[in-house]
Amino acid sequence: MYPIVHTSVLAPTITKFVIKAPFVAKKRLPGNFVIVRVEENGERIPLTIVDSDNAHGTITLIVQAIGKTTRLMATKHAGDALVDVAGPLGNPTPILEGKTVACVGGGVGTAELYPITKALQAAGNTVHTVIGARSKDLVILENEMTDCSNHIVVTTDDGSYGRKGFVTDALKEIIESSPEITAVYAIGPLPMMKAVSNLTKNYSKKTYVSLNAVMVDGTGMCGGCRVTVDGKMKFACVDGPEFDGHRVDFDELIMRNRTYVAAEKISMNQYERECACKAKEVAA
Amino acid sequence: MSAINPLKPSERMKIPRQASIEQEAVVRAHNFEEVSWGLDEARALLESTRCLECKDPVCIPGCPVNVDIRSFLQLVMQKDYVGAVNKIRETNYLPAICGRVCPQEEQCEAVCTMGKKHPSIAIGKLERFVADYEIQHDLFVAPVVTEHRDEKVAIVGAGPSGLTCAAELAKMGYKVTIFEALHAAGGVLRYGIPEFRLPRKILDVEVNRIKALGVEIYTNFLVGRTATIDELFGEWGFSAIFLGTGAGTPTFMGIPGESLSGVYSANEFLTRVNLMKAYRFPEYDTPVHVGNEVAVIGGGNTAMDAVRTAKRLGADKAYLIYRRSRDEMPARLEEIHHAEEEGIEFHLLTNPTRIVGDANNWVCGIECLRMELGEPDESGRRKPIPVKGSEFVLPVQAVVEAVGQSPNPIVQSTTPGLNTGKKGIVVVDDVQMTSRPGVFAGGDLARGGATVILAMRDGKIAADAIHKYLEQKRTGGNGQAATA
Ligand SMILES: Cc1cc2nc3c(=O)[nH]c(=O)nc-3n(C[C@H](O)[C@H](O)[C@H](O)COP(=O)(O)OP(=O)(O)OC[C@H]3O[C@@H](n4cnc5c(N)ncnc54)[C@H](O)[C@@H]3O)c2cc1C
Ligand SMILES: Cc1cc2nc3c(=O)[nH]c(=O)nc-3n(C[C@H](O)[C@H](O)[C@H](O)COP(=O)(O)OP(=O)(O)OC[C@H]3O[C@@H](n4cnc5c(N)ncnc54)[C@H](O)[C@@H]3O)c2cc1C
Ligand code: SF4
Ligand code: SF4
Ligand code: FES
Repeated sequence: MYPIVHTSVLAPTITKFVIKAPFVAKKRLPGNFVIVRVEENGERIPLTIVDSDNAHGTITLIVQAIGKTTRLMATKHAGDALVDVAGPLGNPTPILEGKTVACVGGGVGTAELYPITKALQAAGNTVHTVIGARSKDLVILENEMTDCSNHIVVTTDDGSYGRKGFVTDALKEIIESSPEITAVYAIGPLPMMKAVSNLTKNYSKKTYVSLNAVMVDGTGMCGGCRVTVDGKMKFACVDGPEFDGHRVDFDELIMRNRTYVAAEKISMNQYERECACKAKEVAA
Repeated sequence: MSAINPLKPSERMKIPRQASIEQEAVVRAHNFEEVSWGLDEARALLESTRCLECKDPVCIPGCPVNVDIRSFLQLVMQKDYVGAVNKIRETNYLPAICGRVCPQEEQCEAVCTMGKKHPSIAIGKLERFVADYEIQHDLFVAPVVTEHRDEKVAIVGAGPSGLTCAAELAKMGYKVTIFEALHAAGGVLRYGIPEFRLPRKILDVEVNRIKALGVEIYTNFLVGRTATIDELFGEWGFSAIFLGTGAGTPTFMGIPGESLSGVYSANEFLTRVNLMKAYRFPEYDTPVHVGNEVAVIGGGNTAMDAVRTAKRLGADKAYLIYRRSRDEMPARLEEIHHAEEEGIEFHLLTNPTRIVGDANNWVCGIECLRMELGEPDESGRRKPIPVKGSEFVLPVQAVVEAVGQSPNPIVQSTTPGLNTGKKGIVVVDDVQMTSRPGVFAGGDLARGGATVILAMRDGKIAADAIHKYLEQKRTGGNGQAATA
């Protein structure tokens, strides 16, 4: 069991967890993730390690509740525990040194981008950051990201905060005004990473994207997380999760990630029914 | 070596080989309960008395771990079932598992003297009977470990090779820790071989017996990532390491359409069903997809397990597509029989060329070519040659590829000086030592894909070698001589 030592709500549906996992805390590098099982009958889901504290043996996860497993996780508090936390998994992100780079985060992807941005700044890079969200209340980690960026732009789709528009609009301006940018790190929903990659291709800027393929083991054993990069089959969990965005077949991955939509609905509906029952029990 | 059997040899030969009691095919094809219930006591007793108690029991060298078959059968004849299972356990610490999954027909039973003229003794089924008897009556007593040694040994991977190596070393008094990447121990026994062949209850019992020897198991620990081999030697303080990480990386055929939804490696398909219990979705969260028609590609145990699993998940038609003929299938005979009985449709001498998808990127068919057999190839099997213009499309909604596996490279790529050969298979000497002193390896990792019992054999040989290596080190040598 992996005790939860702290939780806090960062935005509606987005929760931060600090979890005791000393072996993981000790070895993790920016870009690594863990595979978590919340409860005994649960599925294995990948979550990025946002931060770690070796002295206390803890790691930080930031999770958006979008389906059964992440919603169940959102009901957990300090004092509860997760049944399984395996990691650190995946390759660490290649961190450039002393260059100018852009970091682009969309939605909960901002949380996944945070450790990378921090490492990039620590490695002496000049960091331009763009974080985007659908609306004001979904903007997360603005202070943390500001602290590790030389320049930051926040965008919201609806204009309720920061600049109205998509992260790509802001990124385009940044690249044009700072042509010395050598690399772009983008993490967010697949359509966003695809849009960023299409944009940066025009400027020939090396672009790292983190692919959120559906995973089971996370150790290279099932091949369920396979993605096509440069025409070749890669396993996102062991060959990635970061890849050169200009070579990724995003459309294929977007289709693959829809594989279990029907099953996910069944899971969610059943979970909601159970929640409703439990709520009644509590009320009674 | 005295004889126990009251029957004359001629009488023994008249007794027919006792068959196990099995679930009826039409029923079991729709459930995940164990297919075979094994022998009951009466049948087991009768079967044991068929043994000729050979002066030269050739069955014993036929077993990769040299179970003293003759003696254990004699104990069965005397109704000393616990004595029998303990006799087996002297050389095989996982009898309830081997009795179920060993390819006996190629090993102990293949060479059994009775088998020359009559059906051979049902050694596997008797092994299973005594092991199950002990479990059912809760008669297991853990061996007492008398000696205690200071050295710590790390075992990487909780498959049959690692579990066996751990058990042997623990019995010698070493402090043994197993590191397992997944959240449960067992390796392929846990995530690959289905419940209907090896109930998890049985596996749990066997794993707990290894823990009862004082072996510690760390799950969720991926060696190479959570800690490297050098860290295990260094800060973790292990004196020797056994690698039993198996051959878990799935191979894909490389045909068009493999990224469609509904295409699985056998590993993913079986892991979802066995480790994650997708057959009980939504009670368990992990889903799996089959549809009405499903095609499984391959002819080994893995393919057989996958296709029988697909049938049980509700597929009306479960096809097995194999490019050679039935005789060349590497799967255990019993599994092929069981699959046929359960209504699996075999498409033999057939090779898939393309997976066809619909507008939503879901599998809707598989295109295949007919094959004919040509001259024997390097493996001695006749080589399949495509028949020109014989393409046809089978409508299916899921495809499972069971076309081979190779070792997972994580440990090899993070361990300097660890030599590997073809397909990343770790090179070992005749006592399972790798090119890194103190690092031993066995099972599928060192063989590229074999059997449970061979993995166990490697684990045992390695345990002895680790013991010699550590003794040598203790007395001041560098351990190298131990393997000479
Ligand atoms: C390397 C990696 C790192 C990730 N890091 C984070 C993170 O830091 N924070 C965060 O909130 N989310 C992260 N995710 C996404 C997270 O794993 C999914 O949101 C989660 O699995 C959804 O599970 P669910 O049961 O709640 O939703 P479901 O209803 O099951 O699924 C919703 C969608 O999530 C995706 N998904 C479902 N199951 C899996 C699975 N087993 N593996 C991967 N994706 C799946 C599918 O696209 C699906 O349509 C990461 C994904 C990957 C691959
Ligand atoms: C579907 C299927 C059916 C089979 N049926 C039969 C049968 O009927 N009879 C038979 O004799 N054989 C059968 N086999 C073959 C048999 O299962 C294998 O030969 C045997 O399990 C190999 O054992 P092993 O100990 O080498 O490795 P495995 O059983 O593969 O176990 C390796 C373990 O190591 C773990 N691991 C991997 N990398 C790491 C790491 N870096 N750190 C920590 N842990 C790690 C894995 O998670 C796994 O648990 C079958 C195989 C399959 C796939
Ligand atoms: S372990 Fe396997 S090969 Fe050996 S006696 Fe038992 S069934 Fe036969
Ligand atoms: S070879 Fe067959 S008959 Fe002879 S001792 Fe062994 S099991 Fe019995
Ligand atoms: S998640 Fe199974 S291979 Fe990547």
